[in-house]
Amino acid sequence: MVESPTLGSSAKKSVVQRERATIRFAGDSGDGMQLAGNRFTDATAVFGNDFSTLPDFPAEIRAPAGSLAGVSSFQISFSARTIHTPGDAPDALVAMNPAALKVHAKELIRGGLLIVNKDAFTSANLKKAGYTSNPLDDGSLADYRLIEVPITQLASAAAAESGVSKQDAERTKNLFALGVVYWLFDRDLGPSIAWIEEKFAKLPAVVEANKAALKAGHAYGETAELADAHVSVPPASLLPGTYRTITGNEATAIGLVAAKELSGLQLFYGSYPITPASDILHSLASYRNFGVKTFQAEDEIAAVGAAIGAAFGGSIGVTGTSGPGVALKSESIGLAVMTELPLIVLNVQRGGPSTGLPTKTEQGDLLQALYGRNGESPVCVIAPRSPGDCFYMVIEAVRLAFHAMTPVIFLSDGYLANTAEPWPLPDISQLPKIDVTFHQDPQTFEPYRRNPDTLARQYAIPGTPALQHRIGGLEKADGSGNVSYDPDNHQHMIDTRADKIARIANVIPALEIEGPDTGDVLVLSWGSTYGAAITAVEQARADGAGVSLAHLRHLNPFPANLADVLSRFQTVLIPETNSGQLRLLVRAKFLVDAQGLNKVNGQPFNSSEIVDAIMALRSTQVPTHA
Amino acid sequence: MVVTDRDVSADEAPRLSKKDFASDQDTRWCPGCGDYSILSQMQRMLPNLGRKREDIVFVSGIGCSSRFPYYMNTYGFHTIHGRAPTLATGLKLARPELLIFVVTGDGDGLSIGGNHLLHALRRNLDINILLFNNRIYGLTKGQYSPTSEVGKVTKSSPMGSIENPLNPIAVALTAEATFVARTFDTDPVHLSATLEAAAHHKGASFVEIYQNCNIFNDGTFRDFTDKPVRGERLLYLEPGKPMLFGDDHQRGLALSGATPRIVQADDQDVIIHNPAEDAPTVGNMLARFQYPDMPVPMGIFRQVHKPSYGDMLGQQITDATEQRGPGDLAALIAGDNTWHVD
Ligand code: SF4
Repeated sequence: MVESPTLGSSAKKSVVQRERATIRFAGDSGDGMQLAGNRFTDATAVFGNDFSTLPDFPAEIRAPAGSLAGVSSFQISFSARTIHTPGDAPDALVAMNPAALKVHAKELIRGGLLIVNKDAFTSANLKKAGYTSNPLDDGSLADYRLIEVPITQLASAAAAESGVSKQDAERTKNLFALGVVYWLFDRDLGPSIAWIEEKFAKLPAVVEANKAALKAGHAYGETAELADAHVSVPPASLLPGTYRTITGNEATAIGLVAAKELSGLQLFYGSYPITPASDILHSLASYRNFGVKTFQAEDEIAAVGAAIGAAFGGSIGVTGTSGPGVALKSESIGLAVMTELPLIVLNVQRGGPSTGLPTKTEQGDLLQALYGRNGESPVCVIAPRSPGDCFYMVIEAVRLAFHAMTPVIFLSDGYLANTAEPWPLPDISQLPKIDVTFHQDPQTFEPYRRNPDTLARQYAIPGTPALQHRIGGLEKADGSGNVSYDPDNHQHMIDTRADKIARIANVIPALEIEGPDTGDVLVLSWGSTYGAAITAVEQARADGAGVSLAHLRHLNPFPANLADVLSRFQTVLIPETNSGQLRLLVRAKFLVDAQGLNKVNGQPFNSSEIVDAIMALRSTQVPTHA
Repeated sequence: MVVTDRDVSADEAPRLSKKDFASDQDTRWCPGCGDYSILSQMQRMLPNLGRKREDIVFVSGIGCSSRFPYYMNTYGFHTIHGRAPTLATGLKLARPELLIFVVTGDGDGLSIGGNHLLHALRRNLDINILLFNNRIYGLTKGQYSPTSEVGKVTKSSPMGSIENPLNPIAVALTAEATFVARTFDTDPVHLSATLEAAAHHKGASFVEIYQNCNIFNDGTFRDFTDKPVRGERLLYLEPGKPMLFGDDHQRGLALSGATPRIVQADDQDVIIHNPAEDAPTVGNMLARFQYPDMPVPMGIFRQVHKPSYGDMLGQQITDATEQRGPGDLAALIAGDNTWHVD
């Protein structure tokens, strides 16, 4: 272990206990805000709070330094009780330059703590951020508790003693800022120091410089008596167990490896680099010792083609991408529909259309997943609801793909991909095995002969003696699998493919209602909106609203009891970070006049936005049990 | 369970015959199409390999040639336009023991699927890509293709094509394919031998097959492939032998600097064909030979041995497993940093 920091411990002032706090670190892309945020997250995990994080970075890797486009931020909310979102407005904001202040100050709560790096407020930087006067002097920040710290100077001075270059010394300013925040929020420096020592083990001077800056920041907080009190958020009473921090992309990659073990099959992952899905490729590529085969393809089409080829050969064939990549893969997904092969397509959704907002989140690809192919081309569509849920849902994707011999589209998004939460480790022995049987018997074999229950066709893979057959994208005669242009057969196959997907509803869990099972308002959410929706529903119920939540993880087919659930409530509210795609489906399918709450600005919902919508709906209703 | 590393030794397999490789499907190419000959030679050649039918897979794209898998009594996948190499890639990486042929055409392989062709070749994936070149779009009934000549009049180029054609052999050489050959539909012996050599090659094989489309582009290769003129107008490449042609092998090829010239067969400057040469000079020169200025080369332009993509992937898996031990799922799930809540 590392030396335990004693700094500040003797000077503890009064401590204000709070149930929850939300901090945002914001600065230029080069300022190391993601690093500071991740270190704070680790310290918070060790401390025992529940937490949720929201990294937000610019699409351009090298946006001009100091510009608004170059601002990168990291928000963490941590709590003494269970939480589901990274918080709405932050209580504290660290702004490393004027651009970061400009972009983020307006979201800080009134009376919130605003820590700025005074050194960065030069006239050049102010101009780049579009300030005509210096906000530190002109009174425009009067609503906040402003703390100006010469962070660059102090960090450089502290780091310089270790003998690093001037430039490297300046680069420790994020750790200085982190030290200040640790003091303010009563966190232990230990985990960060251990991390620095491990990370830069080969560069002793850098270790010393970073440690010095971190400790100096902490000491500065103490000696300058930055605030009247520490804020302390006691540990949460999480369920007993072993936890780790996990992001959605990490959970997705690990879940695929688990599915490999649960099925006993090989795992093949074909992918082309794309934000925000690339991390899944990176993770899987490092699992060679699990026998995982990754293939970085020449394009999106090759990535999915290779996954289909692997599936034809009896592997778990997976391709991962974001919306633009799915657009390119759509013809190939149709081929997997026609050839009835198990294929898993991961779509880590981002802002669209076209290149859109690569680093921002959106649920804009639901209709693309259901309908974005030529012809009647039904596939199974599922969506994880939290970072940790990506693990379970990607296993579910594999299970359903083989169960019904169908492509399954897994709709994650940029928010789930990058957000982190504490995750209780699953007990592997409790995870159900994935049963896959390859057909072997020539007497009973026909490529398109079906299981009468699931309608899945027989799966015979190359290498199986006496079962040589040909499949392809032309319409197939049911049973024999021969090319068929027969009109009646085509109608029959169209109906059969649709029925096969519909029957998946028999093997997925019923939709649960969180809250009373009848009432005024049902919030119906899907995918990453879960955290904000459950938080909002609990809050609104505490405020007296008759509201419940039903959250969909299966979107095609829907759970069999969805119609019943919808019928139990006066009004249905569907919050989505798109313009109303699930709402369109629900209205069309169930003739329910569902109301939409739609936000498409690249950011996840704040729970308060959903609370407001619930309350507004309630006030427009005739009270039923007043 | 997945069948892996299936034993494919020749002694175990009973000797198969040509008809064992014919499927029960009726062939549906136009009567007289060059595709029939290629199919027939493939079915005739395959028994020579001693492989079991179930270990062989034909993967195709879209076009007349891409109907090929339906007629083979092996596993087969008729995919979508241009994408056959991508499916073959995934299948080969998942199942290294399979013998995979990709059947494509000039439109499928060089137009819509050009990208995939390049990348499958440069990766040296151990698959065999057969490109049936008829210089026309047949299935869509007669548009010019990426190998059609400048000036070619077709339904979509009524005033003549204004596009420069691609040279498939030059493309394959540029992509660093480790086996590059050309053959043609009306010389069954050469065709069969070339297919067999391609199948034996470890790594990516590329075979351009001149194929007559007697409906939409009849006779496009006739001027140099017809029997009576072949001897004079084709250059049959034979490894280790001097590059000679002519009915009586009376002429040969020599180099003046970097420029090829035609000399008498007994000229001491006649070049010896060496497809194993890694340097691209002679291969590229031969690729550019066109009738009527030069004889059209047939045979193996290049055959070099390099590790295949699949072998290297397998090696990485072996190395990683040796260095880090076989993957431990529980450890992977836990990651580097856990904490306990009691
Ligand atoms: S159109 Fe041409 S290439 Fe196609 S089958 Fe007929 S003859 Fe052969």
